[in-house]
Amino acid sequence: MLRFIATRLLQGVLVLLAIYAVTFFLVAATPGSPFSSERAISPEILAQIESFYGYDKPVTERFVTSITNVLHGEFGPSAVYANRTVTQIIGASFPVSAKLGLFALAVALGIGIPVGILAAVRQNSWLDYLPMSISMGGICLPTFVMGPLLVLIFGLILEWLPVAGWFGWEYTILPSLTLGLYYAAYFARLTRGGMLEMLNQDWVRTARAKGVPERTIIWKHCLKGGLIPAITFLGPALAGIISGSFVVETIFQIPGLGQWFVKGALNRDDFLILGCTVLFAALIVVMNLIVDIVQVALNPRLKYE
Amino acid sequence: MDTFSLAGSLTGIRRFCKAALLICAPALLAACGSSERATDVAAEEGVLMIGIGSEPKTIDPGLATGTPESRVLYALMEGLIGQDPKDDLVNQPGVAERWESNEDFTVWTFHLRENAKWSNGDPLTAEDFAYAWKRTLTPELGAEFAEMLFVIKNAEPYQKGEITDWSQVGVKVLDPYTLQVTLEGPTPHFLGMTKHYTYFPVDAKVVEANGGAADRQSRWSTAENFVGNGPFVIKRWAISEVMETVKNPNYWDAANVKLNGVNFYPVENISAEETMFRGGRLHITYEVPSSKLPILKTKFKDELQIDKYLGSYFYRVNTTKPPFDDPRVRKAFAMAIDKQLLVDKVTQGGQQPATGYVPPGISGYEASTAVPYDVEAARRLLAEAGYPDGKGFPTREILINTSENHRRVAEAIQAMWKKNLNVEVGIYNQEWKVYLNSQINLDYDVSRSGWIADYVYPSAFLNIFTTGGGNNNTGWGNPQYDRLIDASRTAQTEEERMGLMHDAEEILLNELPIIPIYWYTRVYLKDPRVKGWYPKLLDRHPYKYIYFDNSGTAAADEVNGEGA
Repeated sequence: MLRFIATRLLQGVLVLLAIYAVTFFLVAATPGSPFSSERAISPEILAQIESFYGYDKPVTERFVTSITNVLHGEFGPSAVYANRTVTQIIGASFPVSAKLGLFALAVALGIGIPVGILAAVRQNSWLDYLPMSISMGGICLPTFVMGPLLVLIFGLILEWLPVAGWFGWEYTILPSLTLGLYYAAYFARLTRGGMLEMLNQDWVRTARAKGVPERTIIWKHCLKGGLIPAITFLGPALAGIISGSFVVETIFQIPGLGQWFVKGALNRDDFLILGCTVLFAALIVVMNLIVDIVQVALNPRLKYE
Repeated sequence: MDTFSLAGSLTGIRRFCKAALLICAPALLAACGSSERATDVAAEEGVLMIGIGSEPKTIDPGLATGTPESRVLYALMEGLIGQDPKDDLVNQPGVAERWESNEDFTVWTFHLRENAKWSNGDPLTAEDFAYAWKRTLTPELGAEFAEMLFVIKNAEPYQKGEITDWSQVGVKVLDPYTLQVTLEGPTPHFLGMTKHYTYFPVDAKVVEANGGAADRQSRWSTAENFVGNGPFVIKRWAISEVMETVKNPNYWDAANVKLNGVNFYPVENISAEETMFRGGRLHITYEVPSSKLPILKTKFKDELQIDKYLGSYFYRVNTTKPPFDDPRVRKAFAMAIDKQLLVDKVTQGGQQPATGYVPPGISGYEASTAVPYDVEAARRLLAEAGYPDGKGFPTREILINTSENHRRVAEAIQAMWKKNLNVEVGIYNQEWKVYLNSQINLDYDVSRSGWIADYVYPSAFLNIFTTGGGNNNTGWGNPQYDRLIDASRTAQTEEERMGLMHDAEEILLNELPIIPIYWYTRVYLKDPRVKGWYPKLLDRHPYKYIYFDNSGTAAADEVNGEGA
């Protein structure tokens, strides 16, 4: 298992380097500069600024400098936010995104899995049809529709919850729901499917015939196997929650990293884009590794290779 | 599956649901219970909550360039001359108690008040102004707005490194409380210019202690190190969340500052900003979504503000490419736009149809009426240029930066040109930075543009269209125009200056490298309890005059509550 983890981490580092290089040259090739604005600055001043940030050097030289800095753990200055470094911006905004992501994941699993189990156990009753129809709707509604809809209902009509901003725990509810419900719907359907497959196995019938309590059958014998499809989906779901935070952070005006990523791209703030890209990529690599480990632990048909 | 056999197994799930309910219900109730709006609490405490559009890129007055930055800077700092709450042409005492100029407005002397202090208690002297300006003109710093200071004698050659001797630049500290500024030419509106943040002082000691004058990434302007001289000081700055400020006890006029603090919210998403306003999180928004204007006009009559704003919305025309290299074609296109209809039905924000370039509101300068809506004349001009009834006119395109509002305007104009001139024009959009690139490289036919003034004077608009100017971006140039603009810089009387600039504008409007469309307004929402905030041409609102009138709170709540 240790060898498996080591190999995967090594692969991960290579993937990150490749992503860094591709992003760097894509950004360098994009038209527009971090210093262009509607009010043009004189060519002399522009040249002074560019030389300050090293933009006057050839792109390959900039790449070498930049990757050396990153390997030393320094992403460089923000070209647009004059007195901030990329590390500072990430340091201030990543905890916010992480919190949002964790809450959204809690919503996705906390609602999706119980509902899925319930629907499977009560198959073809209203406890199955109703949640499954709602979840179909949930899957079809993109976050940029779900978000404003929740704001309208709970924020502006009922006035139960604040509509935007990030000023206390009550502000986390709507964004977490917006981001999490979509995946809750997926998890519900996957869990239902997985549980049904287990509940229809021959050994379940045998167990029932022998008089094993239904509670034991579900919780002890079927749950572990029934969750496998949901666990498999955990990897893509985590990636989705991370990238989904771009939209949700914009809708709810949350000072997270997703917003900065978008801002960085719009401002052509090279170092910021690179920092965010590497961080998001690293997160996805690590999350996928964890999901793989959990999967093997749960599913005896899989082995570490 | 038999339900009876499941009864037992479901208790687990039931228990889970019950537990979840027990945990969630009080939380939800608590959320419902806190019906008191943040804006109500803040109004009672005298704290203004205001949207500033986006996160300030810097609060270093020498490096700042945008409106969000200026909104914060006018609370944290003050220049020689103070802002008047109602009129941008009125000068209030700032750090300078009094000032005078020589007869031809080329030498200005400012007498600084001795009780002006920095927020850390340091005395504020004329040296701090001289240091700030020298720093902004330091070539290595690369200050984007250094050009704002080029009216000062020898400032431009110093910034370009052509001279290195600071004593040759027209900034003299006569004594710690007297600053003398010598200008390149007669500039009666110089006082207005000094109200811009580029002219603000910096605490020399603090800047020197944090990397010195030439350091673009200086840490002096971080929340921890920042030292200002304005009515408010930073209490907390949570990046892209809020900047909270409180009253500055060291401000010379602290006794007359009515608010206890101002909180700035960098809300970028204008729909979120509108919901925040309705949800009681903002007293004043930065903008409103223009698609919501019809609803806001009926439901939020008392909150919706439409203020005149010194800005011009126009289309640049690439005069280097046929058929737009023919002035008659440009004029035909300009006269075929029904601007009144456009502002009434499309923009709907109280904008004025632009019959000229420089907006109205500048005293002593009449807005031009040279470009009316005249379909007959437009068709005649197009025929003269060789395209009778639009026949044979090649397909050209309007470039816009990606925005729903610009697209709606462009579509209306496209339809008007089709109807009035019978020409087909396409529309394509580019992302902001790509669009800027295309415009600079003259890689367009017609391009959406706008210009907002930094000071109340026609030159703020006219200067940009001199031949080869960095913001010209049309390929147009006219030696006569350049001469008039030059002459206006050295003219001796106000009347003469205004006359010269007016003549220059007439040349511009006769050759039309730009197609004027409308004159801007600022459209935003404001809590009716906020007093001491007036419409201003430059949209600069000195916070020290603002206060809350909490007497009519109940009535205000009713209006707010009916939304949805």
